[in-house]
Amino acid sequence: MPLLEVTDLRTYFTTDAGVARAVDGVSLQLEAGETLGIVGESGCGKTVMALSILGLIPSPPGEIVAGSSIRFNGEELLEVKPARLREIRGNEISMIFQEPMTSLNPVLTVGHQIEEVLRLHRGLKRREARAAGVALLAEVGISEPDQRYDSYPHQMSGGMLQRIMIAIALSCEPRLLIADEPTTALDVTIQAQILDLLVSLQQKHGMALLLITHDLGVVAEVCDRVVVMYGGQVVETGTTEEILSHPKHPYTQGLLASLPGIGDRDVRLNPIPGTVPSAVDWPEGCRFRDRCSFAWERCAESEPDLLPVVAGASRSARCWLVHPDESSIDRAGKPT
Amino acid sequence: MVRRLLGAIPLVLGIATIIFFVVNLAPGDPALRFLNPNMTPEVLEQIRVNMGLDQPVHIRYVRWIGALARGDLGFSFTSNRPVLDIIKELLPNTLVLSATAIGVAFLLGILLGIVQAVRQYSLLDSVASIVGLFFYSMPSFWLALMMVLVFGLFAYQGQWFIQFPPSGMQSVDYAFLSPMAKVQDRLMHLALPATSLALVLAAGIARYTRSSMLEVIRQDFVRTARAKGLSEPVVIFKHALRNALIPVITLLGLYLPFLFSGTVFIESVFAWPGMGKLVVDSILERDYPVIMGGTLIFAMMVVVGNLVADVLYAVVDPRIRYD
Amino acid sequence: MTDAGFETSDLRVDPTGSGPNRSVGRGRGGVVLSAILPGVPQLLVGRWGVGGLGLIVWTALLAVLLTRWTRFAAGWGGPLDHQIASLTVVAGLLGVWGWSMFDVSRPAEVKRTGVGQWSLAAKAFEKNRIAVLGLIVVVCVYLIALVTPLVTPHDPATQASLVTARLVPPGGEFPLGTDHLARDVFSRIMYGARISLSIGFVAVGISVTIGTLLGAVSGYLGGWVDTVVMRFVDMVISFPRLVLLITIVALFDSNSIFMIMAVLGFTQWPGTTRIVRGEVLSLREREFIEAARALGFSRSRIILRHVIPNVLAPVIVASTLGIGNVIVLEAGLSFLGMGLQPPTPSWGSMVADGRDHLLAAWWISTFPGLAIVLTVVAFNLVGDGLRDAFDPRLRT
Ligand SMILES: Nc1ncnc2c1ncn2[C@@H]1O[C@H](COP(=O)(O)OP(=O)(O)O)[C@@H](O)[C@H]1O
Ligand code: SF4
Ligand SMILES: [Mg+2]
Repeated sequence: MPLLEVTDLRTYFTTDAGVARAVDGVSLQLEAGETLGIVGESGCGKTVMALSILGLIPSPPGEIVAGSSIRFNGEELLEVKPARLREIRGNEISMIFQEPMTSLNPVLTVGHQIEEVLRLHRGLKRREARAAGVALLAEVGISEPDQRYDSYPHQMSGGMLQRIMIAIALSCEPRLLIADEPTTALDVTIQAQILDLLVSLQQKHGMALLLITHDLGVVAEVCDRVVVMYGGQVVETGTTEEILSHPKHPYTQGLLASLPGIGDRDVRLNPIPGTVPSAVDWPEGCRFRDRCSFAWERCAESEPDLLPVVAGASRSARCWLVHPDESSIDRAGKPT
Repeated sequence: MVRRLLGAIPLVLGIATIIFFVVNLAPGDPALRFLNPNMTPEVLEQIRVNMGLDQPVHIRYVRWIGALARGDLGFSFTSNRPVLDIIKELLPNTLVLSATAIGVAFLLGILLGIVQAVRQYSLLDSVASIVGLFFYSMPSFWLALMMVLVFGLFAYQGQWFIQFPPSGMQSVDYAFLSPMAKVQDRLMHLALPATSLALVLAAGIARYTRSSMLEVIRQDFVRTARAKGLSEPVVIFKHALRNALIPVITLLGLYLPFLFSGTVFIESVFAWPGMGKLVVDSILERDYPVIMGGTLIFAMMVVVGNLVADVLYAVVDPRIRYD
Repeated sequence: MTDAGFETSDLRVDPTGSGPNRSVGRGRGGVVLSAILPGVPQLLVGRWGVGGLGLIVWTALLAVLLTRWTRFAAGWGGPLDHQIASLTVVAGLLGVWGWSMFDVSRPAEVKRTGVGQWSLAAKAFEKNRIAVLGLIVVVCVYLIALVTPLVTPHDPATQASLVTARLVPPGGEFPLGTDHLARDVFSRIMYGARISLSIGFVAVGISVTIGTLLGAVSGYLGGWVDTVVMRFVDMVISFPRLVLLITIVALFDSNSIFMIMAVLGFTQWPGTTRIVRGEVLSLREREFIEAARALGFSRSRIILRHVIPNVLAPVIVASTLGIGNVIVLEAGLSFLGMGLQPPTPSWGSMVADGRDHLLAAWWISTFPGLAIVLTVVAFNLVGDGLRDAFDPRLRT
């Protein structure tokens, strides 16, 4: 049994412009201790997917459509009681966010914000919680943890705050850590440090890691498997090596081609033309088609399914180039 | 903090100057109120001299400011008592009234604002917004009269379960009551005036809290708090509220002048012996020293209130530091 | 707020303009309909805000004309306010009628061309139902104020028999009862609307002019000018305004309506000054101001031609809310007996009149107070609606 099993997840938002289908039929699995990368440009639904797992979608305007399923350790998260969900949050599944500067409460000390979780989930007394909290700060590489414990967020740098977020997330030894673009908002030099810290802590504590990023370079360094998302859907999955060496989907290929080469990090070689369309109106047919250089009529006529690249293979892709023979009419029997 | 206190001194001085010139440059002669047909012009002149009105304005200004610096507000023209004594006697009554009102207003307003923000778009939110707008737009003297009408007069007439005394600060037999009954009597007398004052303020505070809270609960750290597994009350009251209160605190400073204007009406409607009534009466009687002293005290309370708001600001928001 | 990005933002055709009844609302049918019942064509195409406003104004004025024909006709030769009232009826009827015809006969394309800040705001405002409701109330109160001499059932100052018509409860001949001097409360409330509205209007006019100029100069020039102005604003704001007002009014011993207007106007501006200064401070660094400076325009020209037009939106919002504020203050002054002197029917003094008869005649105080609340609520609704309409972040 996989640790996390997301099946046909659909998260829609009602907006003035129409229904935004931010996540639209995502399925994925994650084994205990495994590292799965979620890749895709901004606006592809990665954050919404992650928030859906923790039940943190604001409603209204958001709603998880019936038929979706999120199983964690065999338990259906979309059906558990709110109290049980709160027990899981921060305890069995933790999450760290993209913006460390705004993700911590500005009017509480960082120590207090760590302590809060320790006292809530591990039932520690204030004194014990402080000791444990200071130890955590040391573990995530904060110097002078004892003094830093009583600082406020505005007194710290972005890198330090992200370390604090990691400390909070790790405080209850979760089985799954969701990291939503944990390094995007940081300086390049700090990015590598935070990534290294995450990886070493993951290995040390043996937890599973769902690493969301728009940077295939990060994936290459860290992940076992990769899920590529576009337009609220999974467009390709496979092991990191397969994806990086033989990308099947034109979008994945585009992402790879735009990866800056070693040495000249700031030069984007061949960026994918255009931008991600609005979630309110994904194009008909293949959602990538107005940016895809291979697109032809069939791509406009109907939407390709996510199917194994060759029968029985673990890797799949969602592109008519990969499955020229599939019927576009018989979509009812698509695999879940 | 000390620097801020010192910074308030020129402000108070400026206010005192404005008060002085508004009062003293006005036409009309306060001495004339003592005029009677048997009075010779010499007597009238003597009265002027006694009141200090024979001096040119700038001399009177310097004298007044000088006395002010020594904490001397002069003598009342009408009752011949030191202005300071009169104020000392009436100020506590006004303070009790306004402190109760502002306490109730903030408590009620903040709670309502939170509920409205948390239940945005609900029926409760819309109804509270509309009702709040009505109270917000209401003249406090009219609200006070309506309170008297309903909870004082109609309640008395209809022998309702609760009735409130429609005026005064205490009952006529106050002196003979037991200590517990005394407290109760004071509270009953306080209820209507304080509520009339508070409701108007509370409506504004609720509006402000609601929008501030709506802004805060969209922010990332609230999501973090939920992701940590904290319960909804903790998320709202601990994480969101403290941030949402920061802008609400400025209202404390902004509303004080408004509150004191309100006390003028409320004290007049409820015959509450306080500063507001004192100032109105002294204006009608052209009692210059009392007008100036009373107005100055009001303005100083506003200045002090603003300082308190600044301190609270620093207490709630660690990003602000005063040295 | 007006910058290039704003002007060129794409505007889709207003979807309400293309409803199923579109053919009814436009073209010849619409014109005919407009000729009979102005406002209805707009209502039919879903523009219920303007449509309702037009229809209400039209029917109300027509009703006045028909039911008070004799007074209307006599009005032309009567006193000034009578003449104004009759003129209002004629101008109002023709105005609504002409507007409605013009509006429906105008081709749809013409309407779409307005993409500036103002027409965007107008569109956003029109969608805000509660604000439009407020606007309708405001317009109605203004109309009532203007046509009062034509419609009041009784003269506000003459008393009916003191023996028979004193403290008469609401109903029958006196819809809202009579006061202790046997005067009709309803008629007096209608006359009171003029006092409140004209004082509100003029006082806010004064305060907005002073406030905008001072704020713009202070914010644009900065330096010691700014310091002095803002210190002064701090001082004025620290006064309980009412105390300042009654001091001035009582000591200067003048209760003419112009005095009240002036006093209210000259104490109202600090709020506007703060708002305008804040806007100007952020505006000062923007390109088009820099460009004007680079072109060598004089300071006064830049302030008048470039700075002030760009702070108009918040100023309009502040003045709408300010009118409500002034109405309440004037009522307060009158309540304390320091506003207009009797027998001028001011809402505040009417509330005060009822004080001594609260138990015997609750209606004397209650109804004028309700009139204040209703009017002020309407102004506040319009002000809030305008603020939302001008705020591009809230516009969808
Ligand atoms: N609260 C919300 N209301 C409306 N739409 C939303 C909301 N949150 C996200 N979306 C929509 O979901 C889409 C995907 O967003 P997101 O998951 O943040 O993308 P990513 O994390 O991949 O950059 C966005 O295009 C956005 O329009
Ligand atoms: S289906 Fe067509 S448009 Fe979509 S990715 Fe494949 S080739 Fe491109
Ligand atoms: Mg994201």
